[in-house]
Amino acid sequence: MKTQIICENAALGYENKIVVQDLHFMVNEGDYLCVLGENGSGKSTLMKALLGLKPQISGKIIFGEDVGKNQIGYLPQQTPIQRDFPASVQEIVQSGCLNRCGFRPFYNREEKQLAVEMMKKLDIFQFAKKCYRDLSGGQQQRVLLARALCAAQKMLLLDEPVTGLDPKATNELYSLIAELNQKDKITIIMVSHDLRAAVQYADHILHIGGKQLFFGEKDAYLRSRIGKAFLEVSGEGE
Amino acid sequence: MQTLINYLHYPFVQYAVIVGLLTALCSSLLGVTLVLKRFSFIGDGLSHVAFGAMAIAGVMNISKNMLIVLPVTVISAILLLKTGQNTKIKGDAVIAMISVGALAIGYLLMHISSDSTNISGDVCSTLFGSTSMLTLKPAEVWVCVILSVFVMGIFLLFYHKIFSVTFDENFANATGIHAERYNLLIAVITALVIVLAMNLVGSLLISALIIFPALSAMRIFSSFRSVVICSAVISVFCAGIGMIVSILFSTPVGSTIVAVNILIFFLFSVFSWIGFKKN
Repeated sequence: MKTQIICENAALGYENKIVVQDLHFMVNEGDYLCVLGENGSGKSTLMKALLGLKPQISGKIIFGEDVGKNQIGYLPQQTPIQRDFPASVQEIVQSGCLNRCGFRPFYNREEKQLAVEMMKKLDIFQFAKKCYRDLSGGQQQRVLLARALCAAQKMLLLDEPVTGLDPKATNELYSLIAELNQKDKITIIMVSHDLRAAVQYADHILHIGGKQLFFGEKDAYLRSRIGKAFLEVSGEGE
Repeated sequence: MQTLINYLHYPFVQYAVIVGLLTALCSSLLGVTLVLKRFSFIGDGLSHVAFGAMAIAGVMNISKNMLIVLPVTVISAILLLKTGQNTKIKGDAVIAMISVGALAIGYLLMHISSDSTNISGDVCSTLFGSTSMLTLKPAEVWVCVILSVFVMGIFLLFYHKIFSVTFDENFANATGIHAERYNLLIAVITALVIVLAMNLVGSLLISALIIFPALSAMRIFSSFRSVVICSAVISVFCAGIGMIVSILFSTPVGSTIVAVNILIFFLFSVFSWIGFKKN
């Protein structure tokens, strides 16, 4: 089992204001890590650091060989611009291949083929020519997931992936992600405050709130004091 | 018809037609991105800046006013996009401020210093671009052709990247496409197009040239590529019809072209309303 990310005593934030510190965790190939925390706990800052968009203030974040810079498939939250954007599913999925192009202005055959494969994998190939804005919320998320898979096939970073989805689409998306994790051995890092899903699907939990509150396997988290307290607050405890 | 053909024999009419069609093409290409990025108003703001710069050039008696107008507009475009995201005064307010500010200062300067007896005529032609179209010199036509080829080349070369940055800046950044740089690029080309288009429709109506074709195309088409192509076709078509009408009925060129654009927009809206959609 290869280690893909090691975070050693990292502190993250803006200029001289630290948002989250004391981060010690590692991610191995095939892990399903859920990052929990309330709003303002530093989740999005951590995400930017993992994507290489924001350097850490101190400490180290080391990436394994196969997940170098820009090799993480990212599923961002939807922006208002996208809701009425005239773009076909195919165009969007293909744009995930852009980081392979470098200075070449157009996609080559291989990249187009990759986009088709990913659309088939996520069962959206029949919508390839359809407009993104005409799809349902769950279908749109699958389009963006296919795009992320075009960009990187080892690791996915999901930012609150079920925001705005109805319960049925939520469950479908979660099982799709779990399937990618189990069948294709894609490492998943999911930022979420959906504790129920975290407990059900993830195998590791990282709980942050200004600093690292917990990192470890899910079962240990459920037994820990912080885990129990969080479960109770979220109304999910037994 | 005969009058039209007669007119087309004059070189100055030919120049006007060439410049007009090229400008229309360039502005429509850019328009799609600007409208989708919610930057429709940037065209308006920049065109007023260009007007102000033109007034300053006039005051300083610089005959080649392009030398001032172009850099000033490009710099303002960069500043607008840079500061728009993260400052105390929000983007739309900045644009509104700069736009009316430049307009006022420009008119003021023209008024104070101009020796011309017909100031309101001068101002009117800068704002609505009535006459300068027909007084183009071959050199200016060449500048215009080179600039438009440059704009189109950039657009084609970076088409996919522009798409990605327009659709989802966060994702583009995460996959190592520097969205900032492409935003900068878009700002610079916008400034170029606006300076180009000032001759055609004048600085008040440039926004129309940028946003109308894109909006019309979006009524009916639903993929990025078809919207871009359709918007280019609409824009060139409208510019052509507009110029013909303005020659035949001696109406002002700029406003006629915009009027044709508005007409097409309503036509497409009706089509989309009765359910005519294309992928």
